[in-house]
Amino acid sequence: MKNRKELTIAVTALNAHDNPGPGVGVIRSLRDSSDFKFKIIGLSYETMEPGAYLHDLVDITYQVPYPSAGSEPLLERLLYINSIEKMDLIIPNFDAELRNYIKISSSLEQHGIKTFLPSIDMLTKLDKTNLYEFCRENNMLTPKTLLLNSIEKIDTLDEEFDFPVYVKGTFYEAYKALNKDQVKTYFAKLSAKWGLPVLIQESIEGIEINIAGLGDGNGGTIGAIPLRKLYITDRGKGWSGVVLSDPTLIEITKRFISTTNWRGGFELEYVRTSDDKLMLLEINPRFPAWIYAATAAGQNMPEALVKLAINNSTTPYEKYQDGKMFIRYAWELITDISEFQKFSTQGVL
Amino acid sequence: MKIKKHIAISDSGVIFNGATGDSFSLNPIAGEIINLIKADQSEDQIKHVIMDKYDVDAERMEGDLYDFFSHLRQLNLLESEE
Repeated sequence: MKNRKELTIAVTALNAHDNPGPGVGVIRSLRDSSDFKFKIIGLSYETMEPGAYLHDLVDITYQVPYPSAGSEPLLERLLYINSIEKMDLIIPNFDAELRNYIKISSSLEQHGIKTFLPSIDMLTKLDKTNLYEFCRENNMLTPKTLLLNSIEKIDTLDEEFDFPVYVKGTFYEAYKALNKDQVKTYFAKLSAKWGLPVLIQESIEGIEINIAGLGDGNGGTIGAIPLRKLYITDRGKGWSGVVLSDPTLIEITKRFISTTNWRGGFELEYVRTSDDKLMLLEINPRFPAWIYAATAAGQNMPEALVKLAINNSTTPYEKYQDGKMFIRYAWELITDISEFQKFSTQGVL
Repeated sequence: MKIKKHIAISDSGVIFNGATGDSFSLNPIAGEIINLIKADQSEDQIKHVIMDKYDVDAERMEGDLYDFFSHLRQLNLLESEE
């Protein structure tokens, strides 16, 4: 076996439960690397994130402050962890934490810790509230979307939309509303939880197709894997999926990356309508939870991200194997209360 | 008549459309016909192969065969003809 370079990588989003984060999939991909040997540092917000207890995947896990605490407490905690672990790179995988990580990326770099993330401007331009405008400017199809800042506007909603519509939180969560009363209920729930605006989006029927990708920050595509969700839970999460071969999907991904000069991992969420139109629903600015299926199909994008961050270059993937399929499963991880106690009280496991 | 490029047919008789993720199971005769299409046999040639192999009324077989071809087209599994 060749001599593999040793690196210490920190990864977030270890919540491998029914609303899974991408962390465990990213780590599984890194563990498949033939070029690197990784020490994996888990960064977790909660004591019951399953990845923290998966000791064959994660070497040690530290708790970090919630994103709402802001970037300074995060930086302080990361520098403490770095004084012990000497991290080479952090791969954050939660939408809500990305702004904090981007803000502190130059401070981290001064301490020898790399990141590979898009700019705050790009993140803002493509977030849910601005996506409709971005798609209009770039001739991309997307469902009609309205930003609601007050409940009064709902009374005239049927002048602009046919029901049902989707009511979406500014960061997370979406509900299908069949009438104005339901919109009001969801508006109250989502604005209380995630703040304003609340988004109203036209409901588009069709097949859900997601694309995992990696951009090099200069308009180049390092990897792109399209996948059709085959089974979707009632929380809207893909529980199984199959990798597709459609070259159109690769082309639109390349176009997205060259238009935005995207830097880092991402997921494009599309619906393919019955008349074969691809409507962009959302852009997630990090790898999807199913990223290990992309690795299994032949494109290890988390490993390629490490190469981009550490070596400043990597060879783009050109091929992959379609028909690779994932089926997520529930599985009881057995641990001891002492592990949980240690993690809860000391913030490290 | 040609099967689309991204269509894979497994030994167990299942068609997988790699472009859409759709899967369809085939009965044994449908599998045989698909393999004949893949082997670049024309509709007439396929008709003759089936007639030679099975004891079947020509008119009925022809009707069933064209139904099957039209089903394949509806499912977007055949290349569109010039």
